[in-house]
Amino acid sequence: MSGVRVLVGTRKGAFVLTADAQRSQWDISGPHFGGWEIYHVKGSPADPNRLYASQSSGWFGQVIQRSDDGGKTWAPVGNKFVYDGVPGTHQWYDGTPHPWEFARVWHLEPSLNDPDTVYAGVEDAALFRTQDGGQTWHELAGLRGHQTGSSWQPGAGGMCLHTILLDPGHPERIFIAISAAGAFRSDDGGQTWRPVNRGLKSEMMPNPTAEVGHCVHRITMHPARPEVLFMQKHWDVMRSDDGGESWREVSGNLPTDFGFPIQVHAHEPETIYVVPIKSDSEHYPPDGKLRVYRSRTGGNEWEALSQGLPQSNCYVNVLRDAMAVDTLDSCGVYFGTTGGQVYASADSGDSWNPIVRDFPAVLSVEVQTLQ
Amino acid sequence: MIRVVLPFHLRTLAHVDGEVALTITGQVTTQAILDALETSYPMLCGTMRDHVTHQRRPFLRFFACGEDLSHDPPDAPLPQAIINGAEPFMIIGAIAGG
Repeated sequence: MSGVRVLVGTRKGAFVLTADAQRSQWDISGPHFGGWEIYHVKGSPADPNRLYASQSSGWFGQVIQRSDDGGKTWAPVGNKFVYDGVPGTHQWYDGTPHPWEFARVWHLEPSLNDPDTVYAGVEDAALFRTQDGGQTWHELAGLRGHQTGSSWQPGAGGMCLHTILLDPGHPERIFIAISAAGAFRSDDGGQTWRPVNRGLKSEMMPNPTAEVGHCVHRITMHPARPEVLFMQKHWDVMRSDDGGESWREVSGNLPTDFGFPIQVHAHEPETIYVVPIKSDSEHYPPDGKLRVYRSRTGGNEWEALSQGLPQSNCYVNVLRDAMAVDTLDSCGVYFGTTGGQVYASADSGDSWNPIVRDFPAVLSVEVQTLQ
Repeated sequence: MIRVVLPFHLRTLAHVDGEVALTITGQVTTQAILDALETSYPMLCGTMRDHVTHQRRPFLRFFACGEDLSHDPPDAPLPQAIINGAEPFMIIGAIAGG
């Protein structure tokens, strides 16, 4: 019987939410790793029972947890993230050189075909990879060693590598995004990288169209059409039709083009979702109304989706890794809020229901479609 | 036998209840205790001190016999009461809310 497993990372632990294909009755397990910040939990596409979780704490640092039974039991694996060679410096907030310092793992991206291979995006921004199920991690140092690396600066949330996209059409192609350096692409499995930010315009920068320095919040793609990318930037929703070589704005009629997550419908590559947030100074929805916006035209023309979502006095945020879609026939869409709600839609966003209302602040939401 | 008290989250991570008992041959120092802990409980590696530099994580403290030894050299000998097990070596997480 088909169903879904929703993996939720929060400020105080991880939760696993499961339901059948109706997605109306939910079984909730957790908190796992209670009291720890769980930045991300994600399952292997090659083995749905293999899960990885990034567990971190200001006191005790980074732990990586692995489950081989779909989240019923977990065991810590390797947590040694050491930059390759002499780390050097990047720019600090005041423009002075600052040594690269590992803080935490923001995002874990398991390989599309090997459950033992996982990419980790970390703060300070770097890309690591394990090929032994998480026991050991090694930096793909070509990214941080890019000639622009020493000029990268952190965003307000830290200099995090938060997005990793593995291109199913080109096994050697990887996209990543860093706040606030921008988007980068590798065509050789992560050995060498180049910025792919042409067309981005960030007015807060001295040079708004600079090669790097853009605060990209999230990138997404439909696996059947990996040359088309969608981006939620600090401000602006963007689209690329050429694998990131160039970008154009598709914010269109959104009430605000600031936000964090962006997702693509599982069966309609031109249907995308964002959650507009009032501004970078306020970080809550406009007018106290929580609305997902959907475009069925690949951007520019957007409709508000509000049925079942709070339409008054709602001042939560939805963070960049906190939205996901399932691949059931009627595509499910899920997102979590900083207020601790996890909402699910079993009808492509037309209507929403809360799975839970009172979790700790949600940092990430992923979903696995189980057959 | 050396007695060590771990903070709640490290006890959970290491799957231990109560105090940890360690046998240390040679001089009993903070470094020797951390080495022995990491050998017996590898999942604690990196959670008390840096993997490479061995610097104490900034929000952890080492207490023994009513003294804060956090800033003592890691290879300094520990008090006799720790060596003979009369007092536990305490690893404390800094108190903070939220």
